[in-house]
Amino acid sequence: MNQQLADLHAMWRIRALEETILELRLAGDIVGSVHLENGQEAVAVGACRQLRPQDAVFSTYRGHGWALARGVPPEKILAELLYRRTGVNGGRGGSAHFSAPEYGFYGENSIVGAGAPIAVGAALAAKFDGSGRVALTVFGDGAMNQGGVTEAMNLAAAMDLPVVFVCENNKYSELTPINDMVRNPDLSARAHALGIPAVRLDGNDPAQVAAAVGLAITTAEHGRGPTFIEAHTRRITGHYIGDAQTYRPPGELEADEKDEPIVRLAKALNPDKQQEAEEKARQEIAAATERALAAPLADPSTAREHLYV
Amino acid sequence: MSETAKLTYGGAINAALARCLDQMPETLLFGEDVALPGGVFGVTRGLRKAYGERVFDTPISETAMLGAAVGAAMMGRRPIVEIMWADFMLVAFDQIVNQAANVRYVSEGRLAAPMTIRTQQGNAPGACAQHSQNLEALLLHVPGIRVAMPVQAQDAYDLTLSAVTCDDPVVVIENRTLYAGAKAEVQIGGPVAPIGGHRLRRAGADITVVTWGAITSSVEAAVDATGTSADVIEAVWLNPFDTEAVLASVRRTGRLLVVHEANLTGGFGAEVVARVTESGVPLKTPPKRVGAKDTRIPAAVQLAREVLPQTDEIAAALKAMTR
Repeated sequence: MNQQLADLHAMWRIRALEETILELRLAGDIVGSVHLENGQEAVAVGACRQLRPQDAVFSTYRGHGWALARGVPPEKILAELLYRRTGVNGGRGGSAHFSAPEYGFYGENSIVGAGAPIAVGAALAAKFDGSGRVALTVFGDGAMNQGGVTEAMNLAAAMDLPVVFVCENNKYSELTPINDMVRNPDLSARAHALGIPAVRLDGNDPAQVAAAVGLAITTAEHGRGPTFIEAHTRRITGHYIGDAQTYRPPGELEADEKDEPIVRLAKALNPDKQQEAEEKARQEIAAATERALAAPLADPSTAREHLYV
Repeated sequence: MSETAKLTYGGAINAALARCLDQMPETLLFGEDVALPGGVFGVTRGLRKAYGERVFDTPISETAMLGAAVGAAMMGRRPIVEIMWADFMLVAFDQIVNQAANVRYVSEGRLAAPMTIRTQQGNAPGACAQHSQNLEALLLHVPGIRVAMPVQAQDAYDLTLSAVTCDDPVVVIENRTLYAGAKAEVQIGGPVAPIGGHRLRRAGADITVVTWGAITSSVEAAVDATGTSADVIEAVWLNPFDTEAVLASVRRTGRLLVVHEANLTGGFGAEVVARVTESGVPLKTPPKRVGAKDTRIPAAVQLAREVLPQTDEIAAALKAMTR
């Protein structure tokens, strides 16, 4: 399979997973707040295909696709969202706060921007443990206005730590346009100001993301510290399931849907091959869903375990 | 091998940190001004020189410092972070409460955050409202975080070792008025104790006084001045808190007084009183708390004295309860 087809298949896996999660949420099998990443798949796919086993990913609550792209089996993700014992955290993390360290996925975070300082810590550990680890943290444009993200970027810069900061700029900080919340819409300028090499790119193109992340890893491996990547993308769904999206100007969603990464990449590929990629992904997720739903629910008698060692 | 050294409270912490850095290669020590300057209170003096780049200075960025500790700990390091004043911890509370405290529980034990936060709190003459607070109750309300508060040099040494060795996040709350006090004989190099436990500072029959932090010496002074026959239980570990030891004492004395420097409302004293009363232990007199007034802390010494609990107030409570 060539790289474009592999990327398309990887993006279809995320899309199929997110569509299934939407169905399960609407049916009531999953309850509570769920954040989907439809339209942003190219960032996770492009980035994760460059990562090595020793690398550590810290995502946001919009992280199902990042976990999947990192190699977490879909059955374990779905089981987590369905509060099954077989979920990656036995139902304790849920949609917005799960981790799977055995796959190099050190977790979602439900506090905007809070994963960035933790990723810097993972990189700090790498300075001493000989692992060669690079820590990648992804957050949205809104997180750029959290002080902790700037603190984390500065600490990583001051200590030349191996961190890749990926900002998924999907234009909206939750429900509010990022450009109304900043004077300078070039978010990468903040990284430049801290002495961190930074790039703005088309986050709907997995190849561009992969190239930038590959270079960032090389930079980190050579002891030259962090890189900042501002990946422009569009979320073609609500901030959360149930978001009425009244903040969008008329026609915007339709335009974004025409340029979303799956539609765009499919144009470049043979129709039979792309259909095969989609079907293969959908079958995998359907089978995983069936197994996850059949698994036993989390056992209430364990609710107090693992608070302390 | 165990030996004895004459150390101040600050010196005892320094000795414990040196031992941690020496014996546990996974330890890291960092914070504002801790490495080259040796800490604003001199507690980490000499450690950079002895242990190299595992001891380092950070920007004035508490969120980055504590977040970095969480991340490094998740990866198997054992970070020790100094937060210069407990008041400064508040700008980074997210990393303690939402992050460190959740690591083990939410991951079902697949991840851990074996990190130690050293800080110091409380009033000292002239300290402003943002450098005077006693914030232990905020931490004690958070499941997943351990809390210790040493007063004597030996405890400072022992607790620091226990905290750093513990595989969960621990906050050790020190007190700057004690750092450069008189030297005491400190056993160093002995076995590391598990976390938990209390110290019985006075043994008596008529009342149980539970206290913690630097105000313990005021409690001892009040007990001695009034000639009260009191059990004085110093809770050097507040989480885990030795509830059983308190209940056993109150069962004998039938009276409970809790004294802390923190203000009363929502203070941990309320929790101690609740645990004792809920246990059904018979009490000869209603339990009482002595703590700071529910107000801000003024800088002026004569104003602060009005707000903070004083020895005479503790003595009056002892007399009234045992009359």
